[in-house]
Amino acid sequence: MTKQSTSPLLRTRDVHLYYGEKEALHGINLDFNQHEITALIGPSGCGKSTYLRCLNRMNDLAGNVTITGSFELDGQDIYRPQQDVVELRKLVGMVFQQPNPFPFSVFDNVAYGMRVQGITDKKVLTERVESSLRQAAVWDEVKDQLNKNALAFSGGQQQRICIARLLAVQPEVILLDEPTSALDPISSAKIEETLQDIKTDYTIIIVTHSMQQASRISDKTAFMLNGDLIEYGKTKKLFLNPEKEATSDYLNGKFG
Amino acid sequence: MNDVQRKLMQPSAATKQDRRGKIISLICIVFILILTVSLIGFIAVRGLATFFTNHVSLREFFFSSAWNPGQLGKNGQPQVGAAAMITASFAVTLLSAILATPFAVAVALYMTELAPKRGARLLQPVIELLVGIPSVVYGFIGLIVVVPAIRTLFGGTGFGVLAGSLVLFVMILPTITSLTIDSLKQVPDYYRSASLALGATRWQTIYKVILRAALPGILTAVVFGMARAFGEALAVQMVIGNAALMPTSLVTPTATLTSQLTSQMGDTIMGTLPNNALWSLALVLLLMSVIFNVLIKWIGKRGEMQK
Repeated sequence: MTKQSTSPLLRTRDVHLYYGEKEALHGINLDFNQHEITALIGPSGCGKSTYLRCLNRMNDLAGNVTITGSFELDGQDIYRPQQDVVELRKLVGMVFQQPNPFPFSVFDNVAYGMRVQGITDKKVLTERVESSLRQAAVWDEVKDQLNKNALAFSGGQQQRICIARLLAVQPEVILLDEPTSALDPISSAKIEETLQDIKTDYTIIIVTHSMQQASRISDKTAFMLNGDLIEYGKTKKLFLNPEKEATSDYLNGKFG
Repeated sequence: MNDVQRKLMQPSAATKQDRRGKIISLICIVFILILTVSLIGFIAVRGLATFFTNHVSLREFFFSSAWNPGQLGKNGQPQVGAAAMITASFAVTLLSAILATPFAVAVALYMTELAPKRGARLLQPVIELLVGIPSVVYGFIGLIVVVPAIRTLFGGTGFGVLAGSLVLFVMILPTITSLTIDSLKQVPDYYRSASLALGATRWQTIYKVILRAALPGILTAVVFGMARAFGEALAVQMVIGNAALMPTSLVTPTATLTSQLTSQMGDTIMGTLPNNALWSLALVLLLMSVIFNVLIKWIGKRGEMQK
């Protein structure tokens, strides 16, 4: 992997997505720099989650979806026919809207990704489970209860366990699909802190409903509307001085 | 009296209807309760008569395999040893469940995980058909096809535990399959997405997440299947051999609790020891079904705690 932040780690060009006949994305061009947080904002149904799910090919799972355009991760086309989707998803992981830990112990949850990769060494597992939980800022709350079922924890803790579960796989890119929309403000703030802490090691793309959240945590923001990318740029610039009228309307709540 | 007072005082038609409905339901519930209690009471009274009226010892009943309640044995006591039937019942139940479970889980996985559309279209009717076939038909096929096949392959008469298990295997397969399908369908989709998004393959997702999450449901399905196998009478009676002997191998003729009941109940006189002895077999069956029920409840509770 190149460590130069000048060339984007993930580059997408002219992304179109169709659900059957219906076109949901109309040509999206977005680049994502390494070790930056990029926020995708826009009203419900604008296609931001759909776009996000293209980046680790989660849309492959739904039938009847056609995707065109180019997706390059570190220069490699991730939609080429011989691409191993499993390998791709190890590099591009995802955190979902609803906290979705498995009904296993915290330890088994965080160790899951390593175990499917064939890591069985107890020492490696234990070490990386701890470091992942620490990175996700949930270690202090769960360290004495690693054998407790993950579903017994609060929503915010579950979501951070899910982030830890993903970090344990050591991905390059982390996709987050409205990770705090099901959580209370305090838990959300903790997740935001977590993301700030880990961005030095990962490239983060977050879909969010909350413009405040986008402005607080992201380096760059992309505003989408009805399947189009309206504006993309440095977060500060986009929020304080948007170029497009649609962007400023949305930011000022004049939408809809 | 003003208008509001009058309205407040009169009972509405809807309320009366509500009360009537409640009374009707209550009557039905009481009726069913009385029915169940008297059924259990009747079987218990008859079944226990063997031990209290005829003074057969529990030890003899559960551990002796000499079954001939109509005649006195060498020791001058009636021979009421049910060990052979109890053993045979458990043998066919366990063997058929062991045979059926892997098939049922494989079919259920195919229908829910691997090819939901095609699987459901092709296999759903097959499973429903298997449920719908009367047990006498299964027994008949067992008698005409399975028993001669076993006779050719393993020798002996062909009647016995193996023939019974094979017939029961087909009969409990749809039960276990459809209940397993239900429990797999209850595994939320977000477990699948989460697993795949972590770089797991579909197979890893199935055996590390889905089967694990569905395990209580699958165990319940197996116990349901075992309850069905334990209670099945007619089909088993047609292939088991109907000799009240301890099975010495899988292909020697024997009898299960149920097959002994169906084959002997016409030949005994109410109130005599041979008749009471059959009621004791029925009581064992009843107790076993209670145990199966408790087991199912227990597994269900354990599963809930896990979630």
